[in-house]
Amino acid sequence: MTTTIAPPTTTEANPGYKWVGTRPVRHDGLDKVTGRARFGADLTLPGMLIGAVLRSPHAHARILSIDTSPAKAIDGVKAVVTGADFPMLESEAGEGGEGEVDFRDLCHNIMARDKVLYEGHALAAVAATSRRAALAALAAIKVDYEVLPHVIDVEDAMMPDAPVLHEDMITAGMDPAPETPSNVAARYLHERGDAEQAFAGADVIVEREFTTKPVHQGYIEPHAVVADVAEDGRAMVWCSSQGHFMVRTYTAKLLGWEPSRIKVIPAEIGGGFGGKTTVYIEPVATLLSQKAGRPVKVVMTRDEVFRATGPTSGSKIRFKVGARRDGTIVAASGWLAYQAGAFKGSPVELGVMCMLAPYNVPNFHLEGFDVVNNMPKVAAYRAPGAPMAAFASETVLDEVARALDMDPLEFRMANAAEEGVKAVYGPRFRRIGYRETVEAIRDHPHYSEPLGSNQGRGVASGFWFNFGSVSSATVHINEDGGASVMTGSPDIGGSRASMALMAAEELGIDVYRITPIVADTESIGFTDMTGGSRVTHATGMAVIEACRTVVADLRARAAKIWDVDVDDVEWVEGRAQHVEGNHPPLTTEDLAETSARTGGPITASASLNARGAGVAFSTQVCDVEVDPETGAVEILRYTTAQDAGRAIHPSYVEGQMQGGVAQGIGWALNEEYLFDRQGVMENPGFLDYRIPVASDLPMIDTVIVEVPNPGHPYGVRGVGEVGIVPPMAAVANAIHDATGLRLEELPMSPVRVLAAISANGG
Amino acid sequence: MLAGDGDRKVYAGATDFIPQLRMGRPEPDYAVDLKRIPRLTGLRLVGDTWVIGAATPSIRLTEEETLVADLPGLVEAAALIGSDQIQSRASLGGNLCNASPAADSVPAMVVNEGRAVISGPNGTRTIPVASVVTGPGRTSLAKGEFVVEIEFDRPPARTADAYLRFIPRTEMDIAVVGAGARLSLDEEGRCVSAAVALGAVAPTVVRVPAAENALVGRPITDSALEQVAAEASAACNPIDDKRGTKEYRRQVAGVLAVRALKLAASRAANSTR
Amino acid sequence: MSSTPVTATINEDQVEFLCQSDQTLLEALRDVVGLTGVKEGCATGDCGACSVILDGRLTCSCLVLAPEAAGATIFTVEGMAGPDGLHPLQQSFLEGAALQCGVCTPGFLVAAKSLLDRRADPSESEVRYAIAGNLCRCTGYDKIVRSILTAAEDMKKAAEEKEKV
Repeated sequence: MTTTIAPPTTTEANPGYKWVGTRPVRHDGLDKVTGRARFGADLTLPGMLIGAVLRSPHAHARILSIDTSPAKAIDGVKAVVTGADFPMLESEAGEGGEGEVDFRDLCHNIMARDKVLYEGHALAAVAATSRRAALAALAAIKVDYEVLPHVIDVEDAMMPDAPVLHEDMITAGMDPAPETPSNVAARYLHERGDAEQAFAGADVIVEREFTTKPVHQGYIEPHAVVADVAEDGRAMVWCSSQGHFMVRTYTAKLLGWEPSRIKVIPAEIGGGFGGKTTVYIEPVATLLSQKAGRPVKVVMTRDEVFRATGPTSGSKIRFKVGARRDGTIVAASGWLAYQAGAFKGSPVELGVMCMLAPYNVPNFHLEGFDVVNNMPKVAAYRAPGAPMAAFASETVLDEVARALDMDPLEFRMANAAEEGVKAVYGPRFRRIGYRETVEAIRDHPHYSEPLGSNQGRGVASGFWFNFGSVSSATVHINEDGGASVMTGSPDIGGSRASMALMAAEELGIDVYRITPIVADTESIGFTDMTGGSRVTHATGMAVIEACRTVVADLRARAAKIWDVDVDDVEWVEGRAQHVEGNHPPLTTEDLAETSARTGGPITASASLNARGAGVAFSTQVCDVEVDPETGAVEILRYTTAQDAGRAIHPSYVEGQMQGGVAQGIGWALNEEYLFDRQGVMENPGFLDYRIPVASDLPMIDTVIVEVPNPGHPYGVRGVGEVGIVPPMAAVANAIHDATGLRLEELPMSPVRVLAAISANGG
Repeated sequence: MLAGDGDRKVYAGATDFIPQLRMGRPEPDYAVDLKRIPRLTGLRLVGDTWVIGAATPSIRLTEEETLVADLPGLVEAAALIGSDQIQSRASLGGNLCNASPAADSVPAMVVNEGRAVISGPNGTRTIPVASVVTGPGRTSLAKGEFVVEIEFDRPPARTADAYLRFIPRTEMDIAVVGAGARLSLDEEGRCVSAAVALGAVAPTVVRVPAAENALVGRPITDSALEQVAAEASAACNPIDDKRGTKEYRRQVAGVLAVRALKLAASRAANSTR
Repeated sequence: MSSTPVTATINEDQVEFLCQSDQTLLEALRDVVGLTGVKEGCATGDCGACSVILDGRLTCSCLVLAPEAAGATIFTVEGMAGPDGLHPLQQSFLEGAALQCGVCTPGFLVAAKSLLDRRADPSESEVRYAIAGNLCRCTGYDKIVRSILTAAEDMKKAAEEKEKV
């Protein structure tokens, strides 16, 4: 037994950096291995009530009446709210991280008004002195519904005779605009050249149609919030989210309050993957607390998480590629329709923009449709929109390569986008590392290992933009010479360690003398969400900038003490040094001790809107074995190569790569929302919504490629998301290699695989 | 106690019961924990009979080496009821009386001709395990009755069992198809007796006499096993549900029946008893 | 339903608490005893976040009624670090970066300890099946499995050292 925390070890050759690229034990690690860390549901306040939400049993129904009086009469019930208690908001776009949010839609989503639009849609909530009283109160609320026809399948929802969810929804992006409402919220078109004509010049054309199902982010921590509204109307909201400033903005908006009335304290967050980039229960708990005059805790059950939050879209995709005999892609076309859930805003346009991004394609025509349907409003999920699009495109490209008798990696190299190429989604690429990821897989021993019978190998690539956006950081030199580094970015998977490493690098002090802090909304400048793989890049830039200001200040203080010109003071390894060595060096500790005499505490803040996010690519190889008698697919071996730009903490970069692959494998093989004929979700639990367990997976080998992003001081690219883009196609291509069968529907469950084998004559 | 008024629910491991209770369905007046009754939570060899307390946690079975040697298929089936965490709570009695068509241990108990010792207000009776479950969620137990123990005779020489199931993942799932098998071989390797029982393919576990008859009196050959597969598939009366289709269940029932028989045959051939 | 007084040994301390008869052990540990290191991920025994060792056996505390804990010995993640410091599993999880969000970590540590208590030298496959009842959505399990194998090795070495002395 030992309490010592291992010293950081440098395992990667990393010239020029002392801390960046090392693997220290994360600063919040101890709290998380001892049970100390407090997550959303772990706060208890004196006099706290338990809140619970009444949810629709119907997929689509008009609410004729809600009678909450029997609930109010139950002993221990202190507050009841319905949609009528919240302001009705007009359509207004808000910043939404990886997708725009319309506050009118959000206000209807957190609490239904005239209609419920999916099974699980919230329509009332209570706060009571016990969970039992709260559940009894929910059961006592009387709701009269007029059940309406519902629609789930995306193509069904696009039919002219489909039940229409929103009477005022006119498809955007059509010219002329349609005259009648439909479930198609928008059409997006991205095109270049003349695809139709270019197909005529192709030697090989492959076209296929794909279907994918809605899948959930599957974070292990259910949404949880404690709200406490004081007598003066000011609120404290404690919750786990991917952005506590987002929670403040959205909650204020949905309650019609000034944001300054609300202080949001970030709890530790037990996973999000995009699913915690919006609000569900936070405004509800806050209003309940205001009504009851007591703190209110609301924790979703797992069942509620599945029925009312998340998922990402199911889709229908038709995709076609034409190539010349020499392996050059000449044209591509795609038609994509994504389920948005009850309100507009599927990530279909992101899918359209990502699906061909690794390649240099002269002619393309890609058309995407955002389609509402009677399921929970989709939320961001790791590289939103890209994985299902890549399932289609990377499967078709594999088939084209085979038709050309080319190695699938060589085919990708022959068409790889590189610096200067105009990306399919518009801008010209700066320095990118796509080719390097393909080479990393080609040169990996995995790619040439022999396979046995019923085994197959597949490869696929993926792209994600990575985001920048606004971040704030404050750096304070403590009186012992260590530093506190505060940011507004919730730490979802090790970002405190990355912030500390960058601060250690800049300040030149030991990483364990840095205390990284995720500060609440009253203690740090506004910071956008932890999403879009932006934190290490954007918040990291704010940390670096604040550190540089602090270093300038430290040098100035030393100059003052020495009475020399500041230009004669250098900052070297955490110490001020006089260039000519006329004075003994001063450490951060020395300068902190005397700071009162040199101008007061040493602190600097930086707030910025980070530009220059570096795009990310991943290429992956997967080996499978297919049981021809049961359709079971076993993942035998998996290797992923990803361009991280610069790995600040390589262990957590690898962790992001591995986590993305594991989620992708779940999406490929078993995960899907199943609805019964009434539109009720049939598998709202971890028993039948089958995320991978440890015995389903092999080790996931990682190759970190480092092609620095010119837009970041250290070359950082985001690493969180792109890893989930290739796995579905990689697995599908491996299954094809093993069986000769092309599976066009996700998940590739044993039932579907065996049906395909049987249809092919066993 | 169990015969009194009000809704009384007995439970053993309660791995299904507690989540239901928490969701507010059912709301029994009394919940009676059987695990504190010593006779219900042990296992012992009485003469040539294994007597397993109905609430004995599955993990206990895996720790009893002689039982594992005698009835490896039964122990494997019990050990497939959920994760290690569930293994500490789940039991043969609970798995049986929960009456799920997909219960893993029931086909294995049926091929081993297990007997359920049932206690109730009118005394004790013993019936075959196969006649306890009458349909999904339904048993032949009368009000106030509960299963105390389950008995299995030790197998004779050159006899062995096996249980296999198909699940989409490698753990944590409910069986899409389950197949229990037991075989006795003579010294020449001919089948003397055979039992095949399938789970999750009908409202209750189904024995497949046609498959058994196809084997008895013959060596275990590929052609005999082909017939077994066909008979096993034919014996299914499955449904389409969220875990599998009718067609899938029929097809895989045949596959698993054959695989379980092969495993049982190799165990029987190598049996040292 | 009425309140039931329960006396149990939790992390080597005798603890008395009052619980409702329909309350689960998980709820009692978190809400009454205050051990919030025990997490709720599903309340149906499918995620393992609430894993505890109950009378020597790894169990989901969401599948145990609180009154059943009377007289029981219960071990939670809060009992893992001793007077000499962190448990080797905690140490190897930290050094091996076996956690990202950390919400599943207490359950994994308890499950891994239960495995290593029974089997000092598990194979990779044994580790994977032993933790199959614990869901992690962040890591893909790679670093968790490696960290458990490393801890097993460290503990074996430490035991051998002890024997030499």
